[in-house]
Amino acid sequence: MYTQGLNELAARPLAAMQEDPALLRRFEARIDAEEKIEPKDWMPDAYRQTLIRQISQHAHSEIVGMLPEGNWITRAPSLLRKSILIAKVQDEGGHGAYLYSATETLGISRAELIEQLLSGAAKYSSIFNYPTLTWADVGAIGWLVDGAAIMNQIPLCRCSYGPYSRAMIRICKEESFHQRQGYDLMLKLARGSAAQRAIAQDALNRWWWPSLMMFGPPDTASPHTALSVRWKIKRFTNDELRQKFVDFTVPQARFLGLEIPDPALRWDAERGQHVVGEIDWSEFQDVVRGNGPCNRDRLQARRDAHESGRWVREAALAHAAKHARAAAA
Amino acid sequence: MHPNPDWPLYEIFVRARGGLDHKHVGSVHAADAAMALEHARDVYTRRLEGVSVWVVRSTDILASDPAEADALFEPARDKVYRHPTFYDIPKEVETL
Ligand SMILES: [Fe+2]
Ligand SMILES: [Fe+2]
Repeated sequence: MYTQGLNELAARPLAAMQEDPALLRRFEARIDAEEKIEPKDWMPDAYRQTLIRQISQHAHSEIVGMLPEGNWITRAPSLLRKSILIAKVQDEGGHGAYLYSATETLGISRAELIEQLLSGAAKYSSIFNYPTLTWADVGAIGWLVDGAAIMNQIPLCRCSYGPYSRAMIRICKEESFHQRQGYDLMLKLARGSAAQRAIAQDALNRWWWPSLMMFGPPDTASPHTALSVRWKIKRFTNDELRQKFVDFTVPQARFLGLEIPDPALRWDAERGQHVVGEIDWSEFQDVVRGNGPCNRDRLQARRDAHESGRWVREAALAHAAKHARAAAA
Repeated sequence: MHPNPDWPLYEIFVRARGGLDHKHVGSVHAADAAMALEHARDVYTRRLEGVSVWVVRSTDILASDPAEADALFEPARDKVYRHPTFYDIPKEVETL
């Protein structure tokens, strides 16, 4: 999902065994009792490090995720659509802010987190390395990308780490608007002219598979899942969430009169589930490794924003220091 | 120190409606308290979540240590007589 890069980082489940056994037992008993862990509570180092990686990747995804949609703000087809899109992109910035704050409670500074993103050391969701070529892409992102994000984020509201869980509750309240404005946009296009229907179908064609990849590699290739599930950082596996997303989305596409670009897609009456065709994981690996259509652009845009804002950050600090001195005198 | 130091951290408290307490909602970085108020408005009240905001420098908060919680709160544990349910009042006394 927004934290799919986790799956390729070295797993450290054994580190848990090197902790003080009495403290570890108390910690796990609290987790089993569905208690929340708070910043100053004792926690195993592996729990702390997993959370830092997961929450910061999630934060980076929100921030980089502002870029593909931001690309259409100046070209939105009406003032209302423009206002909606600005509000949506601003929300994503807010999500990034909540999540960076939550990460910082684990003992890492904002400056270090930003540096990890800008140096390329940290990952963000692969989905944001695809381009937004037409206005319909704004609809497809809201409908599919935010839709997939919601699938992942609802169970995270019950995550065992208090600050993450509280940030997710706030985020989930806002995501529903994102998905609905996207579906509403797709609906208008799907009921519009032949040209409008065509860009809607084209957007679905390009965003469908990357949206399925957002949930991360199949469970058979996800070494992190076991410990994350035991410590209630994660409640469902990648495949479980992906399946849920497919089952929700297929009827929504049908209502739009659009076709899911998967000739192998079928309904399995026995399992009561949709079965999708083979996902091209080599494409996913390629994008995660930095070779997606927009990886370089996205990072460059973040670096440029950071650099051109530097003098503002420094000037604001100097201004605040001057006023503090004046007040003290 | 980090070569690009963060702006100081402020904890944010929002009063959702008149008559309610201010409640901790998260934190923001800002150069000073006035800027923290503006950031808090943008980050935590985009949907009318508040009618009033407090900002406090995070370093100005002294928090109790969770590892000491048992000792800290223990004195309250055995004082059941502080609760009204401790007292058996005969049914006949209707207005107590
Ligand atoms: Fe978001
Ligand atoms: Fe969103």
